[in-house]
Amino acid sequence: MSEPILNLQGVHTHIGQYHILQGVDLVVPRGALTVLLGRNGAGKTTTLRTIMGLWPPSQGTITFDGQAIGGRATPDIARAGIGYVPESMGVFADLTVAENMRLAARLGAPDAARLDWIFGLFPALKRFWQLPAGLLSGGQKQMLSIARAIVEPKALLLVDEPTKGIAPAIIEGMITAFNELKRERTTILLVEQNFRFAASLGDTVAVMDDGRIVHRSTMQALAADSELQARLLGLSLAAHQ
Amino acid sequence: MIVQSAVSGDMPKSRILGYLITAILLTLAFTPLIFSGSQPINTAAKICIFIVLVASYDLLIGYTGIVSFAHTMFFGIGGYGVGLALYGWGPTWISAGLGLAIALIVGTVLAFVIGLLSLRVRAIFYAMITLAVASAFAILAGQLSEYTGGEDGRSFRVPPLLRPGTVLFDIPALGVSVNGRVLSYYVVYVSALLLLLAAFRIVNSPFGRVLQAIRENDFRAESLGYNVVYHRTVANCLAAGMAVLAGAMSAIWVRYTGPDTTLSFAIMLDILLMVVIGGMGTLYGAVVGATLFILAQNYLQKLMSIASEATAGLPLIPHLLHPDRWLLWLGVLFILSVYFFPSGIVGKLREMQRR
Amino acid sequence: MTTTSILAAADLSKAPRDLLPVLIAPIMVLVALPLVGSPTTWVTLTVAALAMGMMIFVIASGLTLIFGLMDVLNFGHGAFIAIGAYIAMTVLVPLSGWIQSDALTLNLAALLLAVTAAMVGTGLLGWCFERVIVRPVYGQHLKQILITMGGLIVAEQLIHVAWGGDQKPMPLPNGLRGAITIGDFALEKFRLLAVAVGLTVFTVMQLVLNRTKVGLLIRAGVENREMVEALGYRIRQLFVGVFVAGSALAGLGGTMWALYRETLTAAIGGDVMVMVFIVIIIGGLGSVGGCFLGAILVALMANYTGYLAPKIAVASNILLMVAILMWRPQGLYPVARR
Repeated sequence: MSEPILNLQGVHTHIGQYHILQGVDLVVPRGALTVLLGRNGAGKTTTLRTIMGLWPPSQGTITFDGQAIGGRATPDIARAGIGYVPESMGVFADLTVAENMRLAARLGAPDAARLDWIFGLFPALKRFWQLPAGLLSGGQKQMLSIARAIVEPKALLLVDEPTKGIAPAIIEGMITAFNELKRERTTILLVEQNFRFAASLGDTVAVMDDGRIVHRSTMQALAADSELQARLLGLSLAAHQ
Repeated sequence: MIVQSAVSGDMPKSRILGYLITAILLTLAFTPLIFSGSQPINTAAKICIFIVLVASYDLLIGYTGIVSFAHTMFFGIGGYGVGLALYGWGPTWISAGLGLAIALIVGTVLAFVIGLLSLRVRAIFYAMITLAVASAFAILAGQLSEYTGGEDGRSFRVPPLLRPGTVLFDIPALGVSVNGRVLSYYVVYVSALLLLLAAFRIVNSPFGRVLQAIRENDFRAESLGYNVVYHRTVANCLAAGMAVLAGAMSAIWVRYTGPDTTLSFAIMLDILLMVVIGGMGTLYGAVVGATLFILAQNYLQKLMSIASEATAGLPLIPHLLHPDRWLLWLGVLFILSVYFFPSGIVGKLREMQRR
Repeated sequence: MTTTSILAAADLSKAPRDLLPVLIAPIMVLVALPLVGSPTTWVTLTVAALAMGMMIFVIASGLTLIFGLMDVLNFGHGAFIAIGAYIAMTVLVPLSGWIQSDALTLNLAALLLAVTAAMVGTGLLGWCFERVIVRPVYGQHLKQILITMGGLIVAEQLIHVAWGGDQKPMPLPNGLRGAITIGDFALEKFRLLAVAVGLTVFTVMQLVLNRTKVGLLIRAGVENREMVEALGYRIRQLFVGVFVAGSALAGLGGTMWALYRETLTAAIGGDVMVMVFIVIIIGGLGSVGGCFLGAILVALMANYTGYLAPKIAVASNILLMVAILMWRPQGLYPVARR
């Protein structure tokens, strides 16, 4: 296996007086979809935000594609080739879908083939192209948020709970989209609470608890071992199945 | 100890600060007996009034984290309430009391309404809205001259007991004659002391603790089940009420009320400077800040005028040192203290004690 | 439709527009007519109000954008108004030959020079202000208010040092004095110029905000700064740019305001700032469109009540603000936030 695209070693993050990440060691292999599981408040979102530079780590190293990115400014981390789909989706409500996409294509207008591919994945975006993004439904906003992150090819995609509060029909479409991205060999780090969704997509899995990674394996291994699932995910599993 | 319970257990936590506060309060207590002439007693009375005004402002800015620019408006309401009542209804205690009661009601209701309009949206709204309302109020007070005396304000007579001509008794040992003026001073002094202690009571009560929790993190306070808007609004009304009382004290002392002395934005800036330089969120800072500021205002300006004359031949420097420019240096000091000593003199003294 | 053509047509929004607030202005104008009585007075008042509104808008737009993008409420904005006006005066006074000339071109050239100097000066000052005063306190509201207030005090005092404290005459070019008469109606020339300048600033701003990438970035940044950064944009430079532009606009507005009043004191900023604050509260913090409408409403109110009941003119705007906040607590056009 080649060198991992993203490597976190002993990462600590403080938010104000709270010590959220307490030594996260996380390896994201290139070209695969890694799922980050864990109960609420385990530090999953903080991990993604720390990678993105939105909350700088207080300790530890983050290596992306051979370069140290820990503590660098968010725009520089994004320019290194990381796309981010935050939990809040972060769509610009006052801007139209088109304008949202135009901003996401930082290096210039996206080429038509790429846009057609995205419209193929998320047809609703084409339909509502001229509408302010604030008027979209929750699922459509989520699509826009993902579309924005992939309008330019990215080496790594960070996706924070895309299924949260989204209708099942749209989740099906999302699975197709992620599989399509996997076929494109885009590396994805996906934070999820919905185990069934995670299990259907994940290649490898990491489980967080109390600001640390407590388990790492292939998704297959975890999916097959229901005892391990119960021990690691306990309540959150029961809540979602 | 008596002192400890008087300040509700909130001790100075610095030996130097303790001495300083004691010295200030004692000097203020004996000013009419020690110093002769009108300037010392005027300065002392002004200090007393501003201690109350700044302490009440500290309830807002220091303990609740709300920035208001309408504090002089409440100060003015107190001044106008008592002043216009004494002017219109004659110099009796009843009219003074009635004027004060009306001012207190108007002040708190106004504070409540402003709070209701702006505090539930964003804290920054409050700063802007109070700025707008306060300046409109000041202009209105200047315009409605048939009621307020307009820009000239109103001079009025106080009840006979408080007039300079009323000699109560003499203290031959000190060569002092206790007249109505001295009595007025002690009315102001005792009121200031009581109001300051009341403020200590408020901030150290459970209510005060909630205010501080809100200041630190309003989302968390809200999630702990505290009604943030309610607490902010009540704090706002309390601070306004206290400012109204300070205004009433001022009216009794200066026997005059007008837009420049009670409502002007310059006074608002003075209050801001006093509370920041003294130390926000400590109440002791109000005492230290008000005292130093007013002393500096009275005596530093004289020093600057000497320096300005001494450098008269040089370019620019005499302009910078002109006594009218003392706000320039104060402004610079203010900016520096917000950056480097956000906890003010009191914070610095406490820090020294801890080392 | 091909993908490229829909990208190009990005600005043809089909979204429903919220036009209700816009109706307030014409309603106010119509209600004022029977109250004022005389149509000529009514026209004069309305034009005066529009001129005043445009000047306030020019000043307030910079402040509201700075607030929207950076979450910084710059109480020192008033100082830029005054300093801009003083710089313009300093340029205009030696050009008295051009100002008193009957040639309109010379008049306008002098004015253009003065305005340029004022805008460059306040822009530079804004750049320093952002670096020295504001940058260390991003994200800390209490300190921001205090620091920018401190900056205002110092700047006002420095005006006294540099230009003296006494009231100065502000020379209005000859060609802009007097009025154009159309039938019974007399329209003052300077007011017409002020309206034209205000409309130009508004149009240019709208074009920049809606048609350019920088504008998109500003609008996106007003809503969600973090996400703009996560898309790879260095928003810091944008901050500085907007701060400088906002300060330069204050300089432009201050110059116009001083020309309008034909006198100048160091307190000029404070007088306008009260109205500016009311305008951006009414408009919705961070909203340029709201600011434009708010400025017109405030100016209409001020001019009509100034004529009908001069003593309560100021209070009437407070009442207007209260009424609007009771209707829409976030202002007429609240900016969407996360």
